[in-house]
Amino acid sequence: MKNTLAFDFTVNKESKSITVKKEFAADQNAVWNAWTKAELLDQWWAPLPYKNETISMQFEKGGMWFYAMVSPEGQKHYCKAYYTAVDAQNSFSYRDTFCNEKGEDSTEMPGTNWSNSFNEDNGVTTVTAHLTYASIEALEMIIKMGFKEGFTMGLDQLEQLLSKS
Amino acid sequence: MKLRRDPFQAIADPTRRAILVLLASQTMTAGAIANEFNAARPTISKHIQILNECELIESTQQGREIYYELKAEKMKDIDNWLEQFRNIWESRFNQLDNLLSNLKNKEQ
Repeated sequence: MKNTLAFDFTVNKESKSITVKKEFAADQNAVWNAWTKAELLDQWWAPLPYKNETISMQFEKGGMWFYAMVSPEGQKHYCKAYYTAVDAQNSFSYRDTFCNEKGEDSTEMPGTNWSNSFNEDNGVTTVTAHLTYASIEALEMIIKMGFKEGFTMGLDQLEQLLSKS
Repeated sequence: MKLRRDPFQAIADPTRRAILVLLASQTMTAGAIANEFNAARPTISKHIQILNECELIESTQQGREIYYELKAEKMKDIDNWLEQFRNIWESRFNQLDNLLSNLKNKEQ
């Protein structure tokens, strides 16, 4: 087994998207479960110091995961994931949106489209998460809330600027 | 709309991003910048004004002309922003690594 598990974070040129690749020291089934079962997602999905709380989940095409990320002060940010495609053990896609405590989608916060795929090689499972965003404004709002992540078209140009400075 | 003047607002617009790219290699007058775009000159002037207020560019008077140039240090704010994304993912994945390792230990 490899000692260091790869973690790549790349900006996709001209596609308003980012790709996150991460290797995990576990078999495909275990990693798949960690991404698709509420009791496991609740143990890692919210970045520290937030905690994740699942309100309801139906993991199937057309189903939905309704959850909250809870700040140390107890403030809850509600989110929903609408599953749009599921290929058991291999890949799933969903649209992620912010919503209120009743589950009504935020009209101000545009969603993120996720496409996650799983691939095991010799006991190490690689997850590739492809995130597509509507706009840079969407990204800014999301990151300022402290949770979500991403990048968008045009920033590859800014990266070139940064490398010149 | 609430007025906001920070680097993120500056880069929210594709025309403004294009202006920043132009200014990355040279200082230019507003007229020279406008010549690079199909948009009406007042539209480009507005974009230049916003970039100026966001302090991503600065202007210097040379004779009758005002030249604009890029302020590279402000761009670093955007770089920090990218770093923040990475930290969020790292935090998340550290927890998942631990979870998977705990699950494995339980099985054994």
